[in-house]
Amino acid sequence: MTYPGGRILLSSQREGQVSRFRAWVLLAVPLAAILFQIYVPLFFQFLGFLEMPLLVVVYFALMRRSQVSGLLVGALVGLAQDSLSKNPLGMLGIVKTLVGYFAASVGMRLDVDQVFLRLVLAFFFYVFHQFFYWVLVRALLTQQLAFEMQKWLVLGLLNAAVGVSLFHFLDKLRERS
Amino acid sequence: MESLLNRYRSITVLLLVIFAQLVLIAVQVKNDQDVRMIRVWTVTAVTPVARIVEGLRSGSTGLLRSYVLLRDTNQKNRRLLAELDRLKLENTFLRSELNRADRGQALAVFQSHTPSKTVAATIIGIGAGANSKVVFVDRGTVSGVERGMAVVTPDGIVGKVIAAYPVTSEVLLITDPDFAAGVISQKGQVRGTLKGQGAPTCKVDYVPFEEKVEPGEWFFTSGDDRIFPRGFPVGVVKAVRSAQPFKEILVEPSGFDRGLEDVLILIEGVHQAVPDTPPGNQPVYIAPPPPVPATPPADVQPVPKSGPVGTEADKLRAHYKAIGDAQGHTFGVGLPGSKPPDFNLTPPPAAGPGAAGPGAAGPPAVGPGAGGRGPGQAPPGGSSQR
Repeated sequence: MTYPGGRILLSSQREGQVSRFRAWVLLAVPLAAILFQIYVPLFFQFLGFLEMPLLVVVYFALMRRSQVSGLLVGALVGLAQDSLSKNPLGMLGIVKTLVGYFAASVGMRLDVDQVFLRLVLAFFFYVFHQFFYWVLVRALLTQQLAFEMQKWLVLGLLNAAVGVSLFHFLDKLRERS
Repeated sequence: MESLLNRYRSITVLLLVIFAQLVLIAVQVKNDQDVRMIRVWTVTAVTPVARIVEGLRSGSTGLLRSYVLLRDTNQKNRRLLAELDRLKLENTFLRSELNRADRGQALAVFQSHTPSKTVAATIIGIGAGANSKVVFVDRGTVSGVERGMAVVTPDGIVGKVIAAYPVTSEVLLITDPDFAAGVISQKGQVRGTLKGQGAPTCKVDYVPFEEKVEPGEWFFTSGDDRIFPRGFPVGVVKAVRSAQPFKEILVEPSGFDRGLEDVLILIEGVHQAVPDTPPGNQPVYIAPPPPVPATPPADVQPVPKSGPVGTEADKLRAHYKAIGDAQGHTFGVGLPGSKPPDFNLTPPPAAGPGAAGPGAAGPPAVGPGAGGRGPGQAPPGGSSQR
């Protein structure tokens, strides 16, 4: 679904079409993403770079075009991730809350159905996620986490590539208007 | 105010959510306590699904792996079966080769020991005909083979040459109905004619019924037929039936015992005596024992025939006895308080080899002032004279 003229920038927020999902999709997809992250690398270590919960948050935030919805999805998914990690609860929650909020803000103004834009946004939010998490860890927990921008860029590209495919798959779960 | 909240609703919610999480973090960091409840919720929500997924994964993986293994097993089984077949063939071939080597060796030994001049031949084919017991060998007139020559193995006679070609010969086996040869029994020297029957056994004909032939007795060639020299084993009697006017004697040929592959053709037959014992029961040659050397080797020490041998106590006793003898002292006869012998003196060397052995190997001789025990010190092993 693309907008007429192939424009990326929407003229107004009302021009953007809000995607709706069934409740089970909103519940099952983040759960599956979290499961993927905690389960799959057990057997396929090379897939540990994939930040599936982040991609799911970005997708739902972009497609629902609602900042509140986006930040809530981000907060819940982040807290769930925190619960399954050794981090204090809220570290990933705050980061993903911000990601959800900003992604929804972007989704309200851009045609996020375009593949290239999805690629760029997935890449950008991955790097933002990693950077902001690094800042929070240093600021709140006073832990020395390595600043690995090159690694983040490379992994951001890989996640973006996977994200485009994932978004394409998740598009099929949208309710038809 | 309401419009203001609506206008900044999103940012307000964002700030509230972030603030709440910051408080959460602050509580955890400050109190060094975990908010267990939230973790329990998450873990409770996630782990059952993970368990189901793991069950599905392990089940499907196990099924897949079993299937793949089964396929592998099938392929492996086929490969092993093929290998087993190959090894069976190889084993059969090797057995055949071993048998052949045995036969060849037996032929060579027989050839070297028999006085007859022979030519070794290998059977290369069998003759046509259902009841025909004819084979072809790879030796012919070029090798000196002629029609009418006898064909034998180390175990007995096999047949006779009925046609000689340049490089092959046709041999009529003794089991052929047309075959006949003169034979003689081992014990009673009963003469008869060996005839083939087209069966594995042959019969000895023309043996008068009053002659004594028993089962288990051996028949040898008699040499009367001018084909087979005298003294070659023919076979063992399996059955004897009394009949008129001749006995019915069935003989199991011995020439085929090791199979029929390599044979000897008698170019010049030499008559031999019929052995007194059956071929299988002939006495075994035993070599004479090795010569006994007159003198033992130099490195072998002779065992002393006399003298003290045994424990250290025995050696010590012999040592003190020698000291006492040297000083004219007899142990056990002196009164308490009498002068004991001087145990520090070196006993004289023994005259005989038996006396020198253990005594010389005993405690070293120690002279006065040479260290060790001084005069008046008690000897080892006892402090008083008995």
